[in-house]
Amino acid sequence: MTLTPYLIVAALLFAIGLGIALTRRNAILVLIGIELMLNAANLNLIAFWRFGPHPELMTGMLFALFSIAVAAAEASVGLGLVIAWYRHSKTTDLDEMARMKG
Amino acid sequence: MMEGFIFGLLAILTLVGALAAAVLRNLVHCALSLSVTFVGLALMYLSLGAQFVGLSQILVYIGAVAILVVFAILLTRGAGALTPHRLIAAAGWRLGWIASVAVGFVLIFALVRSPLPASGDQAAKVTVLQIGQALMGPYVLPLEVVAILLTVALIGAVIVAMPEDQKEMR
Repeated sequence: MTLTPYLIVAALLFAIGLGIALTRRNAILVLIGIELMLNAANLNLIAFWRFGPHPELMTGMLFALFSIAVAAAEASVGLGLVIAWYRHSKTTDLDEMARMKG
Repeated sequence: MMEGFIFGLLAILTLVGALAAAVLRNLVHCALSLSVTFVGLALMYLSLGAQFVGLSQILVYIGAVAILVVFAILLTRGAGALTPHRLIAAAGWRLGWIASVAVGFVLIFALVRSPLPASGDQAAKVTVLQIGQALMGPYVLPLEVVAILLTVALIGAVIVAMPEDQKEMR
């Protein structure tokens, strides 16, 4: 196995995540799309760690670990915001979240 | 050969899960296909020799994030009957898909054209002991920053999601 197939899978995953984040109406699904994009970045980090010149330094792997932790924090705060907004206005539809529209 | 077959299987699993999350109508089905994608990615990490990251992926994403997403969907009553198609896609969804397909094409084009290192014959063996020593040694500052970040995010999420009348009682 070489590096390129893993990077292609990561690129496709990133494109799908971007598509979800740009096209779905539900705020929770937009968060899912952002999680998929973060996971694509993690796959890149792990693949470059495995096939890079110095895998014994573990740089990419530890970066991926920290990235997973940050993604978990992001998911919890994002879903908390969605639930707070739902309690306020009884919808999770992003097209109806236009209160600050000028 | 065997490795390539397993990789192909995992890639198909991951991408089909992600695509299903993109097009399915029922939000709970989207969350379940999202966890399929997470499983595929975790198995890919395991096959790349990053056991600790793969198990962390299972623990954090499947054990926590997917469950959190399902809870959020059920709390916001998103798991109703089938919605009409115009209700699942945002206003400019055609433009959104065009943009994301273009991004994917540009990324793959750049990947195929660029010279990448072909090394990786040596199977790097990283033990949990080495990871722990690295986390307590050169990476101790980022570890502490992540610990503070997680604490702040936990408290912030609780404060944000707390009902307004309970905030007044403090």
